[in-house]
Amino acid sequence: MELQLTKEEEAFRQEARAWLQEQLEGPFKDLQGRGASGDQDTYVEERIAWGKAMGAAGWNCIGWPKELGGRGCTIKEEAVFNEEYVRANGPGNVGHIGETLLGPTLIHFGTPEQQKRFLPPIVSCDEIWCQGYSEPGAGSDLANVQTRATLVGDEWIIEGQKIWTSGAQYSNWCFVLCRTDSEAPKHRGISYILVPMQQDGVEVRPIKQMSGSAEFAEVFFDGAKAHKDHVVGGINNGWKVAMGTLAFERGASTLGQQYLFQKEFEQVVAVAKRTGAANDPIFRQRIADAGIGLKIMRVNALRMLEHEGADLNREALISKLYWSNWHRDLGKLAMDLLGPEAELIEGAPYELTAMQKWYLFARADTIYAGSNQIQRNIIGERGLGLPKEPR
Amino acid sequence: MEFAFSQDQDELRRAARRFLEVASSEERVRAAMETEQGYDSATWQQLSEELAWTALTIPEEFGGLGMSYLDLHPLMEEMGRALLCSPFFSTICLGANALLLAGNGVQKERHLPGIATGETTATLAYAEQNGQMDAAGIEATYSRTAAGCILRGTKSYVLDGHTADLLIVAARAGNSEGAEGVSLFLVPGDTDGVKRAWLPTMDQTRRVASVELNDVVVPPDALVGEEGRGWALCERTLDLARIALAAEQVGAAEMCLDMAVEYAKVRKQFGRPIGSFQAIKHKCADMLMMIESARSAAFYASALAGQGEPDLEEAASSAKAFCSDTFFHCAAENIQIHGGIGFTWEHAAHMYFKRAKAAEVLLGAPSFHRERVAKRMGL
Repeated sequence: MELQLTKEEEAFRQEARAWLQEQLEGPFKDLQGRGASGDQDTYVEERIAWGKAMGAAGWNCIGWPKELGGRGCTIKEEAVFNEEYVRANGPGNVGHIGETLLGPTLIHFGTPEQQKRFLPPIVSCDEIWCQGYSEPGAGSDLANVQTRATLVGDEWIIEGQKIWTSGAQYSNWCFVLCRTDSEAPKHRGISYILVPMQQDGVEVRPIKQMSGSAEFAEVFFDGAKAHKDHVVGGINNGWKVAMGTLAFERGASTLGQQYLFQKEFEQVVAVAKRTGAANDPIFRQRIADAGIGLKIMRVNALRMLEHEGADLNREALISKLYWSNWHRDLGKLAMDLLGPEAELIEGAPYELTAMQKWYLFARADTIYAGSNQIQRNIIGERGLGLPKEPR
Repeated sequence: MEFAFSQDQDELRRAARRFLEVASSEERVRAAMETEQGYDSATWQQLSEELAWTALTIPEEFGGLGMSYLDLHPLMEEMGRALLCSPFFSTICLGANALLLAGNGVQKERHLPGIATGETTATLAYAEQNGQMDAAGIEATYSRTAAGCILRGTKSYVLDGHTADLLIVAARAGNSEGAEGVSLFLVPGDTDGVKRAWLPTMDQTRRVASVELNDVVVPPDALVGEEGRGWALCERTLDLARIALAAEQVGAAEMCLDMAVEYAKVRKQFGRPIGSFQAIKHKCADMLMMIESARSAAFYASALAGQGEPDLEEAASSAKAFCSDTFFHCAAENIQIHGGIGFTWEHAAHMYFKRAKAAEVLLGAPSFHRERVAKRMGL
C-alpha cells in the first residue's frame, strides 16, 4: 500500500535513499536509531553534527521555498523523504522544532529581516530551537500564559516559567509566548518573542519522566533579555501567530512514524509467538485488531496526503487522536502479552527494555501536542461545527 | 492505487443522495418495513431501470456498464445512509458476484442481462440454521442422478430468499467434509420442492428467509463453477459482499453521526446547546474518527477488489470487522445523545441501531473476521 508517485517523485525517493544509506552506513553509522522518541536526550552532540551534514547536503527543511533555503518539495515528497529517513534508521532530528514549527511561522508571519536572520541557521543546523508555550498554569488553556515581557529601551525583559519544553537543554533559541498587555482580554495581550537561551537570565531544569529519561525541561526566565525587533507577527498578536503555527502541521511525518509503528507491531507479534500467547483466542483478537488499526492508519494517511482542494480535511483532523490511541493501546498489548516477564527490566538502576520504553512513553502521546481531550474539542468544533466551549 | 474518490464517483454519490432522500425517505422506509416483501417494487424499478444501478458492475458484454467495484462504493454508502430497503445487496453483491466469479459463459449470458435491468433478483444461499460462517456450516447435500442433481437440506438466513427469482445454493456431496465437496447450484425460486419462508427479524429493513430443499431436482447445467470447488468461490463472493456491506455500514454510521450532531446543536439544556458540553462533543468526535477510519478500511478493500489481489481476504475481513464496530458504536451513541426521544419507535434512531446489529452479524461477526486476519498474519 504505497503513495502513487510520478517518475520524478520516484527519482527523488531513490536519491534520498541513496544519500541516507551512504551516510548512515558510513560516517554516521553509530547514530542509527539514536535519540528517538523516549530517548531524545542522548547523543546530542553527534546528532547536531548529523543535522549539519544533512543541511550541507540539502536535506533539511526540504518543504520550505527554494529562495528561503528549502527545496520547495511537495507534501508528498516530504512524506516520502520522511519515510526513507525512518527506513534508514535515521537518528532523532534535533532540528525538527525549528524546521516544522518556527520556520513555517517565520515564513508566514515574520519580517524579511527576521527571515534573513533566523531561517539560514535552521537549514544549516547551526541553531537549535525549542518551544516556550506551556506553563504550570497554562496547559490546555494555553491563552492563560503568565510569563511577562516588558519593553525596556531596546530590549524585552522576560520574567516567568515555561514547562514541558522539549530539548531546552541543548537549544540555542526559544520562541516564547509572553504576556505583553495585562489589561487586554487574555487572547489579545500575548506576544510571540524569540529569546536566546544562552544568557544569565535563563535557567533550564530537566524533568525526569516516568521512563527515567529527561527529554522535557522547565525553563525559568529571570530578567532574560530579547531584542526589541524579535517579536513575530506584531506586539500583542502572539495568539494568532501561535494558532497559525498549529495549522502548518501537514502530516509529512505520518508515513515515517507509521514505519516505526510497523516495526513495533512486528516485535509485538514476535513476542506473542515466543510466549505462546498467539494461541490464546483473546490475544489473537487483540493482535488482529492492532494490525487492522495500523493498516487503517496508513490508508488514513495516504488519503490525507492525496487530499486536494481547500475543503476541510477530516482525515487530518483525526490523525493525532487516532495514532496516539493506537500507539498507547499497542504498548499495553505488548506488556499484556509478556505476562509476568513485563516487569523485569534490563538492569539496575533503571535500565528499561526498548519495548518498556515505548510502552511508558506512549502515555505521553495522548497528552503532548494537544491532549486527546483538546483534540476532541477541535474535531467537534472544526470538523462537526458543534458550539464552542465556554472560554 | 489512488487514495481518493474520483470526481465521477463524487458525482455518483451526490446523485444517489438526491434520489434516495425522496425514494428512501424515512416514511418510505417505514412503509417497506411493514411489508412481507420488504421493499417497494416501484423504487426497485426506478433504481434499476432509470438509474441503472443494477447494471453498474455488470460487464458491458452482459448488458451492464462495466464499472469498477470502487464505483459501487459511494452508492453503497448512500444506500446505507438512507437505510434503503431493497434487494440490491442480495442481487448484486451476492448473486451477481457469484455468477461473475463462478458462472460459465452460458450461465452469465442467461442471467446477467436480466440482473442488469432489474428484471431478475438473485441471492446466495450459503448459511444454515447452525449459523456457522465456515465450510463446515454447509450441511445441505446434493447427489448425482441421471437427470442432474438432487438437493436436500435447509438453508437459512438467506437474504431476500423468499422473493429472489434466482437462488445460488451451496451444498455438499454426501460424506464430504469441510471445504471439500462443496458445490454451487443455480436454483430458480419457483423450482419444485423449494419451500421458502420469510423469517421475521428484529431489523425490519432487510429480509431474510429460510429455504427448504425437498428433493429438488436441478439439471446438469445448474452447477456453477467446478464441482467440489464451491467453497472457494463462495468465500470469494462473500468477501466481495463484505466489502460492499462495509461501505454501506460507513454511510449508515455517518448518518447516525449527522443526526446526533444536528440534534446536539439545537437541543438546549442548562441554557446551552448540549453539543457545547464536552460529554456530548467528545462522543461525536470519537464517532467522526471511527467513521473516517472505517471509510479508509472499506475504501481500500473496494479499490483492491477491482485488482484481484491476493490481499483481498484480509482487506475484506479488516473492513467488515472495523466497519461493523463503527456502525454499531455510532448507532448506539446516537440513541444516547438523543436521550428519551431516541428510545421511541417514532424516532429513526432505533432503525439504524437495529440495522447496525443485523449488519454486524451478517456475513460474519467482527470476532470471526479478526480471527481470519490473525490467521493471515501468520498467528
